[in-house]
Amino acid sequence: MPLYAALIYSEEGGEASPEEWSKVMAEYNEFSAKAGAAGVVEGGEALEETSTATTVHVKGGKGGEVVHTDGPFAETKEALGGFYLLRCADLDEALGWAAQIPGAWRGRVEVRPCVDFSQAQ
Amino acid sequence: MTIGETIRIEGGRVLATLIRFTGDISLAEDALQEATIVALERWTTDGVPANPVAWLTAVARNKALDRIRREARRREKEIEADYGRGFEIEEDDSLRLIFTCAHPALSMEARVGLTLRLIGGLKTSEIAGLFLLPEPTIGQRISRAKKKIALARIPYRVPSPHELPDRLAGVLAVIYLIFTTGHHAFEGALDSRFDLSAEAIRLGRLLVGLMPDEPEAQGLLALMLATNARHRARLDERGDIVLLSDQDRSLWDLKAIREASLLIERALRRRRAGPYQIQGAIACLHGQARSDAETDWRQISDLYRFLESFNDGPVIRVNRAVAESKVFGPAAGLELLEGITGVDGWHLYWSTRADFLRQLGRESEAAAAYRSALAINMNDADRRFLERRLASLSLA
Repeated sequence: MPLYAALIYSEEGGEASPEEWSKVMAEYNEFSAKAGAAGVVEGGEALEETSTATTVHVKGGKGGEVVHTDGPFAETKEALGGFYLLRCADLDEALGWAAQIPGAWRGRVEVRPCVDFSQAQ
Repeated sequence: MTIGETIRIEGGRVLATLIRFTGDISLAEDALQEATIVALERWTTDGVPANPVAWLTAVARNKALDRIRREARRREKEIEADYGRGFEIEEDDSLRLIFTCAHPALSMEARVGLTLRLIGGLKTSEIAGLFLLPEPTIGQRISRAKKKIALARIPYRVPSPHELPDRLAGVLAVIYLIFTTGHHAFEGALDSRFDLSAEAIRLGRLLVGLMPDEPEAQGLLALMLATNARHRARLDERGDIVLLSDQDRSLWDLKAIREASLLIERALRRRRAGPYQIQGAIACLHGQARSDAETDWRQISDLYRFLESFNDGPVIRVNRAVAESKVFGPAAGLELLEGITGVDGWHLYWSTRADFLRQLGRESEAAAAYRSALAINMNDADRRFLERRLASLSLA
């Protein structure tokens, strides 16, 4: 069965009130419990804000100069805030689960198939 | 029917089964292509077989297996295990293909391209010609869509009953978009892409045959037939627009209007009304009127009101305003146009508004509205019509 990454994007910033925060957590716990029980979740993490990100680039090819930049690679309004790895039969099933991730209504969820190296030639 | 036509028309069904069998759209297309070459040779000398679909499918299946073996992507044993089991043409294969081509995970452009290519059996060059786009653009769109279907595993199945209403609406939208693109060209000559309408009607017929219990599929086919029935009367010999009220009704295709009316009657009896059935019913009412004066505008405006309960977009509001103006006068029509938003870039909104103002004798406001309409991109026939209307105002 193919593996899908559900990438959760949302607007950053703005301090959430404790009530709001616990509401978000409750929604995520609900999703995790449901998807976990169905056996589709193979992994996933929540990420700290992009202000904590460091971008690494090796200039001039392998072995070249390492350049660090403070911040994310792409500065966009909506930032990657976390992801799940979902093992599903097909895209319809993956999209069905993605629609139940709280990030889908608090932001957006991008669903992408992971490369299956066992099928690659 | 020529052998070539038989193959084009039956090819979609063969392809649908081959895709299920191989799980690979490109491989299935190549296998069908090879089988077509054999068929053209064989059928020219021996005649078309009694069951061309079964014949083509069997030959194409063997071509596909040959290719899988030749490319040695799998060992012979695995090929046996994967493809050795019973291989039959399933009734649902064509529907599976239709729902995959119209899958919501694909862009509308990709859905239209895939549908015309895989179900309509058109070549990439033909699709490019119909849309007046370069062949590589269409080719890229289709190959990108096929790649996404394969890698993201867009499933090859008929949606389950609870998903069906939404997904069927998606399929109908693709077919209707193909129809309207052909029927009312966005720019250039109004009739420049008329073949697309014929193609859409063919797809509509196919869908009605495959889903005889879906009244919206019947509604869409009726809408397309009844609209298309008037097409010979809508332009004069100079290619200028003739308004519905001024059309020579003897040029209308009464057989198509009758077929559409029967479809609508049958669909409405199921008591599951929907937007395509209502629009089809409106088109039939226009088609059945023997003169403009005999048009049942009251029922038409009621139907537009009903349609607004499904979709309260500006297009329906403008159409309803036209119908109500015929019953209650231009002031009532104009009032319905007040407060519509998001229509500034739509020339038919401005021309409708201009027409109401003209009828009310508010000529300077009418002229301003015609000028707003003419500032927008449109096909040549619409433009000439609006220019004539503007020139006919006494102050212009």
